[in-house]
Amino acid sequence: MTKWLEENTPKLVLAPSFIAVLIFVYGFIAWTAWVSFTRSRLLPRYDIEGFIQYERLFASPRWDTALNNLFVFGFLFIVIAMVLGLVLAILLDQNIRTEGALRTIYLYPMALSMIVTGTAWKWILNPGLGIQAMVRGWGFEDFTFDWLVNPDMAIYTIVIAAIWQSSGFVMALFLAGLRSVDGEIIKAAQVDGIPTWRIYTAIIIPSMAPIFLSAFIVLSHLAIKSFDLVIALTGGGPGYATDLPATYMYAMAFSRGDIGQAASSAMIMMMVVFAIVVPYLYSELRTKDD
Amino acid sequence: MTDLSMSQATGQNRTGKIILRWVLYLALGLFALFYLMPLFVMITTSLKSLDEIRTGDLIALPRDVTFDAWRTAWSGACTGIQCEGVRPYFWNSILIAIPAVAISTLLGAMNGYVVAQWRFRGANIIFSLMLFGCFIPFQVVLLPMARTLGIIGIAGTIPGLIFVHVIYGLGFTTLFFRNYYVSIPSELTKAAKVDGAGFFRIFWSIFLPLSLPIIVVTVIWQFTQIWNDFLFGVSFSQAGTQPVTVALNNIVNSTTGVKEYNVDMAAAIIAALPTLFVYVVAGKYFIRGLTAGSVKG
Repeated sequence: MTKWLEENTPKLVLAPSFIAVLIFVYGFIAWTAWVSFTRSRLLPRYDIEGFIQYERLFASPRWDTALNNLFVFGFLFIVIAMVLGLVLAILLDQNIRTEGALRTIYLYPMALSMIVTGTAWKWILNPGLGIQAMVRGWGFEDFTFDWLVNPDMAIYTIVIAAIWQSSGFVMALFLAGLRSVDGEIIKAAQVDGIPTWRIYTAIIIPSMAPIFLSAFIVLSHLAIKSFDLVIALTGGGPGYATDLPATYMYAMAFSRGDIGQAASSAMIMMMVVFAIVVPYLYSELRTKDD
Repeated sequence: MTDLSMSQATGQNRTGKIILRWVLYLALGLFALFYLMPLFVMITTSLKSLDEIRTGDLIALPRDVTFDAWRTAWSGACTGIQCEGVRPYFWNSILIAIPAVAISTLLGAMNGYVVAQWRFRGANIIFSLMLFGCFIPFQVVLLPMARTLGIIGIAGTIPGLIFVHVIYGLGFTTLFFRNYYVSIPSELTKAAKVDGAGFFRIFWSIFLPLSLPIIVVTVIWQFTQIWNDFLFGVSFSQAGTQPVTVALNNIVNSTTGVKEYNVDMAAAIIAALPTLFVYVVAGKYFIRGLTAGSVKG
């Protein structure tokens, strides 16, 4: 008995966590998937009825808006955060004396809760007393910057706040990447008289391809999961102009009492995440095992 | 270090280089302003009176510094019908974060130790399955979790939130420790086994003493995640057990009475202080966790 115990201790130690993950991750996904194929409304029902919830979902204008917003927000957020992060990293890589302090400043928003970020930007962007009022106070009476309350533009305020929060992190990733490029190659290029910008575009940036991929994965993951920021900044409004799939799901689950819609929208979110993450994780795990 | 700008300075384009340096510093400074501006506005707004906010400039310094808004935010601001400020909710967040961080870090350390040093058939698959758990959008587990917490009888309680944070933090904490312990040669474990040391003994006297850096990284990562969490907090709490992020959101969006922007800002800063403090004190470990947590998992 003690021998058996001794031999199996590692498995016994790992078992509770593994069982917890099996139930609370995979079991729960299965539950949500199952319910997404039923007619569940206020209470879950368990007889399979096919794709009815998904049909309702894609017929819903609100979901349509949420999905569109995700693409607009996700695209702008990822592209701008990557470009800004890269620019900041390259600028900081020029032997800047105050690099440590600047890095700290660029990155601190990452330590904040999205609720805090949303609260701050909601105040700055509110037309009545924020930037618009300030610029008007300087004498530009016609200045208008009312994106926060303008249904067509509100989604871009979320882009602004999200970039403010996350671009410093992308900078940190890229900076680590720039520092890991082989110094010998760069020196050789300099000796050959190749101009600095060419060294960056032809040698350094191409060698950082894996970091671009990582940054893309992280940012797209952040974009799909964005929930707190929308709640704090716009509450999904005006109307539901800034709804994202995450806020749609939450509204269905906890205020509309429509479990079927909540489950099916959550499943779509998971499929989008997996379409991006699974190939990446698969290749990562494979290269590590070799 | 890629020192490109200084290296080719020759007499002729010396002035050009100096101008370029100035432009560089100017650009970096402007970016710094962009990142600092919201924090600056939050702090100054929180120190102004409401009158001054209505008549004054967004970025102007306060004329008369007053801490009234801070006092209200801490112990008087209304979250819905209750008007106790963020203090009780700040305390809730501490009560949630400390046990959840401790338990998930401990479990992660043990799991990582097993997966890295006591490989058995299937260990890799188990690790991969746990890793995938880090990536799911939590929306997909919200509904069944709400029902499960109700069945166990801890719905809307602080132990319920601790439970949820431990479960969904396990993937990351295991990953952190696994990646750290993998770099420790397995000969060490083998030699200790030959000497008669058992599983826990080896962990306790060999691995744990080596683990301080990764413990710091994991604790900081988990603390930041849990403190800043909103989704679980808003889904699985009820009046009285809400974490500070939920209370902050309720204060800001409460529709009763006059909109007190200075109180909103003070409450936001209070909610942000613990994680900001950790970032300032242990920024190096914070960044290491971010990059490890995102690049590799």
